[in-house]
Amino acid sequence: MDVLLQQLINGLILGSLYALVALGYTMVYGILELINFAHGEIVMVGAMVSVSVLAALTAAGVPVALALPLALAAAVVVCVVTGVLVERIAYRPLRNAPRLAPLITAIGVSIVLQNLAMIFWGRQYLSFPPVIEVRVYDVLGATVSNIQILILVVAALTMGGLLLLVNRTRLGRAMRATAQNREVAGLMGVDVNRVIAATFIVGSALAAVAGLLIASYYGIAHYNMGFILGLKAFSAAVLGGIGNIPGALLGGLLLGVIESLGAGYIGDLTGGFLGSHYQDIFAFLILILVLTFRPSGLLGERVADRA
Amino acid sequence: MTPSAERDGGGGGEPLLAARAVTKRFGGLTALSEVSLTVQVGEIVGLIGPNGAGKTTLFNCFTGLYHPSAGTVHLEGRPLAGLKPHAVAALGLARTFQNIRLFANMSVLENVMVGRHVRTRAGVLGAVLRGPRTRAEERSIRERSLDLLDGVGLGGRADQLARHLPYGDQRRLEIARALATEPKLLALDEPAAGMNHTETAALKGLLETIRGRGVTLLLIEHDVRLMMDLCDRVAVLDYGRKIADGPPEQVQRDPAVIEAYLGAGAA
Repeated sequence: MDVLLQQLINGLILGSLYALVALGYTMVYGILELINFAHGEIVMVGAMVSVSVLAALTAAGVPVALALPLALAAAVVVCVVTGVLVERIAYRPLRNAPRLAPLITAIGVSIVLQNLAMIFWGRQYLSFPPVIEVRVYDVLGATVSNIQILILVVAALTMGGLLLLVNRTRLGRAMRATAQNREVAGLMGVDVNRVIAATFIVGSALAAVAGLLIASYYGIAHYNMGFILGLKAFSAAVLGGIGNIPGALLGGLLLGVIESLGAGYIGDLTGGFLGSHYQDIFAFLILILVLTFRPSGLLGERVADRA
Repeated sequence: MTPSAERDGGGGGEPLLAARAVTKRFGGLTALSEVSLTVQVGEIVGLIGPNGAGKTTLFNCFTGLYHPSAGTVHLEGRPLAGLKPHAVAALGLARTFQNIRLFANMSVLENVMVGRHVRTRAGVLGAVLRGPRTRAEERSIRERSLDLLDGVGLGGRADQLARHLPYGDQRRLEIARALATEPKLLALDEPAAGMNHTETAALKGLLETIRGRGVTLLLIEHDVRLMMDLCDRVAVLDYGRKIADGPPEQVQRDPAVIEAYLGAGAA
């Protein structure tokens, strides 16, 4: 019982992180029909920057209550600049090219960002400074740490803010209009290039938040961390229905829970043959199953929408 | 509907829209060949011609969707060459579509609100911070859009999804959305297509009201009676060339026009 509950709680927290990252994939896909494979690397940049800044600030004696927001702000700024530059330099020139071209470009951008990060930060793992004293609470036999609660709260607030932005503001309306019909949105006076840039700004800011949270969750950051993370978040977005924002939330949470439960029980299920380090297979198993049986995802309807 | 802006009638004689020798080629196909057309402030000008004559292509050249291969287009004396569609909309040229192109999965009200985009300013920061000015702007966007919906008789359907509207209502929603951009010139591509007599009569009243508010109208239409009743002037395209331009009754008797519609020999 407590194992199940524990895995559900862990899954929920992991899932909220996946959801944050999946939102970045799904927003860009919704507007450009581009799978921005570099998005995982933006998250990595967010993690690296926030860990570096946090380490530097705390070493300089800045109190944590100030250092954390500053580290987050630095990560947001660097991620937003990176995301906008990537869109401007790599994707915009290919806006009207066949869809394979920007897709391959995205993979290229991903490799470039990884290598730039490796040159800048080196190959070693950066460890998240132990700035928050970990407290563990007992919930019905399962344990939850204050860091986990913080992650859940920040992720929930961020996602709530995004939903408000998309559904209740002038910019969000322009984004949805552009996603539904870019040409008509332009004819109705929406500056499509600005809306697309704004989408990358918002997606990259989410990635920065995710980067900080993920670094605090695992306690480390690494130039290579964006790759697997990006693929999993992409799987989450596909599971929910890519291009669909509530779908990314749902897909992320589901994926986190499935992965967590899978990791918890795979040992029992296979009689000890496979251990919990095989947890990564679940995301990709789901990706394959969804693509085979329900390519539009759980909440997706974009394919019919475009016709 | 509220008046878009105060505009004087004459404007010193400079045409609102002036297209000079517009040519548009697609590969080897010449869709438009040296078409010139002027629209004066306050006029209702009709554009007719057989299918494939280039009417919609001409609209696309006006609105920045296509860039003419040769020739110029000016709106209020300003050249439109090289402008993106949103910049043309900002200058005061809005349009509707022959095949209805609403934001199908947005509400009726939101469709119109998107049209207000070009006349408002809140950006990423405004969206995140939601200051008093942003809230006030959002409120005015909503009120203005509701007014426009009332004006086309869709006030009661504001919260429905656009794709759930009946066909005729979708056409009127497109007009409201275009009006939300505060156009000086409203270009309508077959606004009466698929409408019955009652709906067409109501449409005629609506278009006259819009003109009464100071918006100049340019419309493509196949409904001959509507065109004759409504338009001050009618231009005729055939195979990408303008073959007639004048008052409706004169154009109706023009042998070249009759030949274009009925085939050689009929005149």
